[in-house]
Formats: sequence, structure tokens, C-alpha cells
Amino acid sequence: MTAAKVLTPTVLTYIKVVLIVAVVPAIVGFVVVLAERRLMGFMQVRLGPNRVGPKGTLQGLADLVKLVTKEDVTPARAEKLVHFLAPVLAVIPALTALAVIPMGPSVRLARHVSTPLYVADINIGLLFLLAITSIGVYGIILGGWASNNKYSLLGGLRSAAQLVSYEVPMGLSLVAVLLMTRSLSLVEIVQRQDRLHLWFIFPGLLSFFLYFVSGVAETNRNPFDLPEAESELVSGFNTEYSGVKFAFFFLGEYAAMIIISCVAVTVFFGGWLPPFPHVRALSFLHFIPPFVWFLGKVGVFLFTYIWFRSTFPRYRFDQLMALGWKTMIPLALGNIVVVAVAILATPNRTTGLVRLGWIYGALFVVLFLLAKLRQALTRRDRLEAVPASARRTA
Amino acid sequence: MSDEKISQAERDEAAHFASRAAAAGVARPLAGKGDTPASSSAEPPTLFDVQEMELNFGPQHPSTHGVLRIVLKVDGEKILQAIPDVGYLHRGTEKLFETETYPMGIPHTDRMDYVAAATNNHAFCLAVEKLLDVEVPRRAQLIRVILDELQRLSSHLVWLGTSGIDLGAVTPFWYAFREREQILDFFEEYCGARLTLNCMRIGGLPFDLTTGWIERLFEFVDDLPARIDDYEQLLTDNRIWKKRTVGIGVLTAAECIEWGLTGPIIRASGVEWDLRRAQPYECYDELDFVVPVRQNGDTYDRYVVRVQEMRQSVRIIRQCLERIEAGDIRGKVPRVIKPPAEEIYASVESPKGELGFYCVSNGTNRPYRMHCRPPSFINLQALPKLAKGHLISDLVALIGTIDIVLGEVDR
Repeated sequence: MTAAKVLTPTVLTYIKVVLIVAVVPAIVGFVVVLAERRLMGFMQVRLGPNRVGPKGTLQGLADLVKLVTKEDVTPARAEKLVHFLAPVLAVIPALTALAVIPMGPSVRLARHVSTPLYVADINIGLLFLLAITSIGVYGIILGGWASNNKYSLLGGLRSAAQLVSYEVPMGLSLVAVLLMTRSLSLVEIVQRQDRLHLWFIFPGLLSFFLYFVSGVAETNRNPFDLPEAESELVSGFNTEYSGVKFAFFFLGEYAAMIIISCVAVTVFFGGWLPPFPHVRALSFLHFIPPFVWFLGKVGVFLFTYIWFRSTFPRYRFDQLMALGWKTMIPLALGNIVVVAVAILATPNRTTGLVRLGWIYGALFVVLFLLAKLRQALTRRDRLEAVPASARRTA
Repeated sequence: MSDEKISQAERDEAAHFASRAAAAGVARPLAGKGDTPASSSAEPPTLFDVQEMELNFGPQHPSTHGVLRIVLKVDGEKILQAIPDVGYLHRGTEKLFETETYPMGIPHTDRMDYVAAATNNHAFCLAVEKLLDVEVPRRAQLIRVILDELQRLSSHLVWLGTSGIDLGAVTPFWYAFREREQILDFFEEYCGARLTLNCMRIGGLPFDLTTGWIERLFEFVDDLPARIDDYEQLLTDNRIWKKRTVGIGVLTAAECIEWGLTGPIIRASGVEWDLRRAQPYECYDELDFVVPVRQNGDTYDRYVVRVQEMRQSVRIIRQCLERIEAGDIRGKVPRVIKPPAEEIYASVESPKGELGFYCVSNGTNRPYRMHCRPPSFINLQALPKLAKGHLISDLVALIGTIDIVLGEVDR
């Protein structure tokens, strides 16, 4: 019996599904969480977990054992069924969404057997992602409500508000990219970036910022971690959760983070492509397999999440809403118009996109410099505000 | 059966809370979960029915900085009313003073504002010294000022770190505690304790400095301004930090004076009131430092004032270290301290504000009455006024900005 006969496409799909369901939680538990804690330790002049296993690598296992063996408490007056379903609702969509993420082109497993590194390439991939990831937020809302705890309820409410405010700019920012890709299929989006010799980050710079900020808000991470907000709502929606149910929420949050990063990489950063795939001088980069490129880029985004967490204070509820509705939605709408004009105004679509990329790039640099200048000026103001002798002595 | 038990326990608990709340002045008893289990299901709220919710904020809550309980009446997240309920850490310190001799009172003061024990010791000793009319030798004065200012630094560092965490900025906490740890090392080397220092005696100090202490402290204070720059880099110009603090909890100068608020709070509202400058004790009158003042009286200004105060403390410590000279560390104090029958008030500028002791002596070796003016307790009074109309998130910022220590609030 040859490999080709056993590894039919259907069997391969099942294998890939099992891999996603089994491997992603493992990666989350062992790699991402440990990396987060160690990196935050590094940023905060401390060590982070380093006791379990060599350099703390088995911390994830210890946490898993702890969470699984812990008593699973359901509050006496909780809505039992919903309380049980909420964490499930937080995890399943996040894992499902991974099915359409293209992690690499076809790889050859054996003679006559090759398979692409994604479960499904559906023609509405991006839409599917948006739809299914927003279901995950219901887990948080319902979990907060079902716990019958005032703090949890407030956390759930905050999550609902966040969902309403940030789904919209996220969708709108991706609409602008759709104008460039002309396809909702994630595989097609990557291949198009290959064909155009252009990552969509350049013409889609603004889209990317809007998308990523909404993504951080969507996953309830700093500086938008309001539903949890330990210092305000004790632990927000998951105050009344323990054991495996808590682990599910935890997993759901990290899986959602991974999804947001994966989509950002796929749509804006060329997915599995190395940088500038058609520049001859950089052709040596092709020696690194596409899969590794993809994971590396996702890693950079996850690092950014962690970096945010150890840098920013938390937004306030109303400020978060204001940012979403008054800043990001108008910007996203304007961006759609700009991209559309750039595409229609030039006969060749690619030149239009390249020019747009230059414009956005220049704009970004100018704004960055202005912000730095303003910062320098206000800093001087601030020091002037106290008596001159109160200024720092040399 | 077990449900019965739970609800009975919860009912008891609710009754306990309700009685406490009534004592704290809450208009109606708390609608605790165990209070009326049936009524909530009997009357389902209609759609769009706006309900006020009563929320127990503390005493077990990560952001109340101890066992402070605040009874909140909220509409959504907006605070309609906030009533602090204090007393969970009451240990009867003032009564304890009456049962023990004067020197025995000093360790009790450590446990009041436990993040600033040195200034507590100082205020207590100052009051008794005033009763006895004892002169503190110059070397002891300088060392006392150094200890006070180190304590101010460490207290402000704790405040900076914890109020950063309150607003979700976790990293400054670790930076601040790194430096605080070094300060505690200095205390440990001086008196053996890190937190409850017991580092002053009536008429002077218990110990002289160890060798090399001065040199190491010089190194530390040379290093510190750059570290303070680090914290500022993370927070001062941070957009989110400013959004969360500018215009939150505004107090005018007149209000501060009416409420008797002291310390960084009143200085952030534009009043230059610092006991080190206004009623100099020890050798503060000969030291060159600035009392930082800001005008807006909001949470951001209180932050800036405290950070500037840290820079000033560095200046003060450096000056004292330069002036320090050999000499006695204890004045002429009788073996048995029996002050004349008098009433006296003495106060110092603690990191939180005016910390004073009102001492009534009846001529015996124990105080007849020793009353403390705790800045945390008096500053905490402003909380209901500050919190009204703000959101729950702001309440957390406001508790942080008042800078309370429950050990001192409850005594």
C-alpha cells in the first residue's frame, strides 16, 4: 500500500484538523504563555517563571495540571447552562477560524502526496473569519452575564460595547484591502501579493493600523483589556470561573490573539512569502521554508501584543468607545475612498497601489516626526510649569 | 439542604454588611444576593428599565490598597454615590499608647502608615520631645531628615507603582519596587528592619550610621534621578495615562483647605503648603529645596507633584549627606520619661500630608491621651466628592491618587 493510497486528501484534511485542535492549544499553553511571561519578566526587570523544567519550559504543563485538577466551581445562583456554554463558545470559534488560515503553499509529504498547509481555501475566507471570530465575544458576554456577579456583569457589558465599537472599523479596514485583492480567499490574497510584487502593508498602511488596533481591542488585550480589568473589575467576566472553564477562556483569548496576528500577516505582510520575493539579491531568503516565514511573522505580532501589555495603561470605557466611533470609523471610511480613488485614477492598478504606498509612507514619517516634535515641546512645557529650581539637577 | 445553608450564611453576611453600611451612613441596606432570593425572580425587570445597582467595592478588592470598603451606587458604570466604609484594620493604636510608657509607643507608630514608618516615628518623637523640651543633636537631626526623605521616596515609589497598576500600567511598578528595595536595604543596614523601622528615639536616634552607609547612599541618590526619568518616560507623556488622569477628580484650593486636605493633594491644587517649609522642624530651614506646586488639582497634577517631590527628596538627602558631621546621636533625655502635665501638638510632613500627634500628659510616664492626626484618613474624606459622576475606572484612579494606607486610616 503506497502512501498516496492511505493519505487521500480527505484523510489529510482530517489530520490537519486534528493537528490544529491538538497543536494550537499546546502551542498556546507551552510557547506563547511562557514566552509572554518570560518576555514580560525581561521587560520588567524580573525573571518570570523559571522553576519548572529547564528554564521554566514545563511551566505550561504545570499550569495545565493545576487547571485541570482544580475544583470547578459554579456559583449557586448562576445560570448553569450558559455558565457552562460560555467558555466553550469562546474557544470553538477561535479554533474553527484557524481552518482557513493559509500557513504555507503545498508541501510534499511523500511520493505523489502533497498537501497545502491549510485546511480549507474557501472563497469567502475573510468574511468567514470576521463572522466566526465575532462569535467568540459572545462567550465573554454570556459568561459575564451568567455568573450572576456584578463585576462579571460589568465586564460582560464592557465586552459587548467593545464588540459593537470595534467590529465595524475592523471590517471597514479590511474592505479597503479587498479593493486591492479583489478576492476574499486568503490563499488568493497571498498569491496576489506575490504576483503584484507588493505586500499590501504599503498601500494598506492605514488599514493595517486600524485593523491591528481593532484586533487588540477585539481580543481584550492591553490597552483595551477592559472586560477583564483586574484592578477595576477584580477579574471581570471570568471572576467566577475556575479550573477547566477558566482554561478555556484563557485558551480562547490566546487563540484569538493568534488569529488576529495570522490575518494581519496574511493580508498585509504577504503570508508565507519572504520579504521582496522577486528581488534577486534577496533570493537567498527562499531557503527558509514558507511555513517558517509565516510563523516568524506571526511571532512578531504576538511579541507586539506582549510589548503593548507591558507598556500601556488601560483605556477607560467611554474613551475606548470614543476612539472607536469618533476616530477609527471615520478614518476607515476615508481610507476606503482613498484606496478606491488610487485604484481608479491610474490605468494600471499596481502603479496606483505603489503610489498610494509611497503617499502613506511619507505621511506616516511626517506624522511620526511631528508627534516627536510635539512631545519634545510639551516636555519642555511641563518642566517649566514647576519653579525653575525644581527642575532636575544635573 | 446545602442550598439552605449557603443562603443562611449569605443572609448573615448580608446582614453584617448592611449593619456596617448603616453605620457608615448608607441610606438603605444593601440589596445583597442572599438578602431576598425570591424577590429578584418574582419581579423581572422590564426592557429598558434603568436600574441603579449597589456595588460593594472592597474590602477584598485588588485596587483598594488594603481593606477599604466603598459602597457604590452606580448607574451602569457611572458612580452616583460612593461611601467609604473604614475600620476593617482598626487596632486601637491610640488607646494602646495610653497603656504603655512613652518610648514603648514608638513601635506602634510603625504599624500606622506602614509604608512610611520613619515619618510616623518622627512625628511621635517630636511630640514627646516638645513636651520634654529636649534638644536633638545636630547629627541626629540630619540623619532623621535623611531617613524621612528616604521614607518619602520609598512611599512615593510604592504609590507610583500601585497607582500605575490601578490604571493598567504594570511595568512602572516593577521599576519603582526595584529602587524601593534598595531604599529598604539602606534602612535594614541602619536599624535592622525594612518596613516597621522603629528607627527613632525620644531625643535622637537609637543607632549611629554604619561605616560606608553615607558613601553608598551618595551613590544611590546620584543614580536615582535617571531612574525617575525612566518612570516618567513610561507615564508622563503617555497619551493614555494623560487621558486617564487629566481632569479626573479636580479639587480646588478652597475645597482642599475646607476639607483639611494636606500633602501632595493640596500642593497639586495650587497651595504651597508644606510643613517642612511652613513650620520647619529639625534642620529643614537651612536646606535648599523647592516645594513643587501645580495649579489644576487633578489626578495628573498630583502625579506630577509627587514625582517632582521625589526629585526634591534626592536634593535634600544629598545636602544632608554633605553636612553630616561627627557628634552625638541622642540628646539629654532622662532615663524615665515623665513629661510635665501639658498638652502639645507636633506634626511633620509625612509623604501623605500633615501627620501630627496631639499629646496630653498628666505627669506620669504614660500619656493620658495620644491622638493622631492621620493624613490618609482626612484625605480619604474627599473621595465621595471626587468620585461622584465619574466612572468605576476613575474611582480606582482616585483611590490611588489620594494615596491612602489603611493602617493609618483605621489605626
